[in-house]
Amino acid sequence: MKVGVIVFPGSNCDRDALHAARLAGAEAELVWHERIETGGADALILPGGFAHGDYLRAGAIARFSPIMGAVREHAARGGLTLGICNGFQVLTEAGLLPGALRRNTTLRFEHRWVRLSVERRDTAFTHAVPVGALLRMPIAHGEGCYWLPEADIDALEAAGQIVFRYGPPEGNPNGSLRDIAGVINERGNVCGLMPHPERASEALLGSDDGMLLMRSLVESIARVEAAA
Amino acid sequence: MSLVMDAPGPTAPGAPRTDDLHRRLGLTDDELAAITQRLGRAPNDLELAMFSVMWSEHCSYKSSRAFLRTLPTKGDDVLAGPGENAGVVRIGDGLAVAFKLESHNHPSAVEPYQGAATGVGGILRDIVAMGARPVALLDALKFGWPDDSATRRLVRGVVGGVGGYGNCVGVPTIGGELTFDPTYTGNPLVNVMCVGVLPEDRIARAAASTPGSLAVLYGSTTGRDGIGGASVLASANFDEASAAMRPSVQIGDPFAGKLLIEASLELVERGLIEGLQDLGAAGLTCAASEMADRGGTGMRIDLGAVPRREEGMAPFEVMISESQERMLAVVRPEQLDDVLEVCRRWGLRAAVVGAVTDDGDVTIVDDGTEIARVPAKALASDSIEIPRLAAPPQRRRAAPAPGETPLAHDGLPERGMDPGAVLEALLGHPNVGSRAWVTTQYDQTVGTGCRRPSGEGHQERDRRRDRLAAAGRAA
Repeated sequence: MKVGVIVFPGSNCDRDALHAARLAGAEAELVWHERIETGGADALILPGGFAHGDYLRAGAIARFSPIMGAVREHAARGGLTLGICNGFQVLTEAGLLPGALRRNTTLRFEHRWVRLSVERRDTAFTHAVPVGALLRMPIAHGEGCYWLPEADIDALEAAGQIVFRYGPPEGNPNGSLRDIAGVINERGNVCGLMPHPERASEALLGSDDGMLLMRSLVESIARVEAAA
Repeated sequence: MSLVMDAPGPTAPGAPRTDDLHRRLGLTDDELAAITQRLGRAPNDLELAMFSVMWSEHCSYKSSRAFLRTLPTKGDDVLAGPGENAGVVRIGDGLAVAFKLESHNHPSAVEPYQGAATGVGGILRDIVAMGARPVALLDALKFGWPDDSATRRLVRGVVGGVGGYGNCVGVPTIGGELTFDPTYTGNPLVNVMCVGVLPEDRIARAAASTPGSLAVLYGSTTGRDGIGGASVLASANFDEASAAMRPSVQIGDPFAGKLLIEASLELVERGLIEGLQDLGAAGLTCAASEMADRGGTGMRIDLGAVPRREEGMAPFEVMISESQERMLAVVRPEQLDDVLEVCRRWGLRAAVVGAVTDDGDVTIVDDGTEIARVPAKALASDSIEIPRLAAPPQRRRAAPAPGETPLAHDGLPERGMDPGAVLEALLGHPNVGSRAWVTTQYDQTVGTGCRRPSGEGHQERDRRRDRLAAAGRAA
């Protein structure tokens, strides 16, 4: 049961993600972006940060990092892959998740505590979340406004690929269409969200709601292993 | 104002200077005399340029050192005090905190975003130079009254710059203060503080102690940005010519800063370096002279070995450039390969630019020719000190005695008014209202090393760093 946390040179939530994965009971290690294999990881986390500085569009360069070939193969095999914040941006740039993350409509970096409503509780990333729970965790990004053309977003909605929405009372912090905070691919093994579950990993930090997602991920790996 | 200098050829030894170059570099006639006395001869152009930045107020604290000396700096738990890159205090459990506060006022007045961003970058590297991982940033900002359009431009730029750098490198900005007062109109105070955590036995010193060790410059390349920033910007008086000073402001690159932090911490953790210092104000001149001075040694710098980003740079430009995101490490020859490998992995350029010597001098060599030789001490710890006339400010008001009615001031309503109106006036006051419009632009939770109540407002008062949580994650 091993979680690999991809480290781009500008990742800055890598150690937080590692800590949260270990808290959730996984064996976890950092995977440097210049590697071309994931070291036998059962699940991958692409953490937050500014992968290659992101002076260009966030994640636009990271998709060309050597490790991304292995990330694609892992996802194609059905391996669980979670992108958080910058990791979500990288996954959309790499075409592994639909949509794009545009500049916040406030035109500023926003750090806020938000609440997430969980639209799907039957995914590998959310099955431990209690019914009706609003998960409290921080966002911290300048480009988190989720966007897709209207027709595509209807299709996404119909396919049940919207997993997280910003909920009350704080609401939508960045202008994302239909309050979307996180989505999943059709197959259900690649998920991305802008808020930071790994920063809501201990009550000491203000919330441990993020551990519901981390535990879901780790338990999902264990189930796959048990079935194998 | 641009820094005009003739091509610096070595002046004949001993020949007294008859030009006014020292004045154009911001040095007084008295200071030139003091330099001549310390060298036992007149300085050449390059040496004069090096003195001009090292003897600036910003680097030498020539006016304030006398007052700073009166502050308490010693204690059983003080592991590093004045003279190092940052203070380090033991906090128990084998851990220590490194912390430092520094102003970046004048650069921020000229170019608020870059001025503030490079202030953050510099203070982060000072903490890293002690071997500590930065866990928190704080900022204390003072601006003119908010109805002034210049103030609004400055606030937007400074807040953007603090956030832009701190958010990218992944160090949370967890608190600070923001005050508006007409005193600061057009001349803001921008102070940034960084706190880092380290195992107390891993403290790094910014000293070049062993002759024969190598001086390795790593990080960004050296360019013309920030030439003379220390003397021109940080120390000169301020007037309408400020806009023309923009080329002397440094430009920050937080991504390079992040790489530099990670590479430096790896070098320290693996014990690959003897000494480490950030290149900030006065650039290579400052790092070389201070490290040699602290180690009681000298340092030879080979200008041709310094990686540059521009063609045709004069020796003085290379020596006083304030290009950001550079560090100077002192490395034993047998560890050089490992050091270069770490830098390569983090995508940083690294070059051996010189060596530690035993003669006590900072020597500059260009193309095999010695073009400057100055005692390290004269540039650093034995720089000039200027006693200034001091008097209490006239603006200062005596605090009212107990029972006495406080004076009305700063536009606040006097005691005795309708409490509702007073409350409304207070809440609407720029110095009292919510700071969320600033703090939401700062990443406050990255690194999960800081504990805080997870709400908005009053953050500067409520922040409490959880020592063990921070240390456990950071060490």
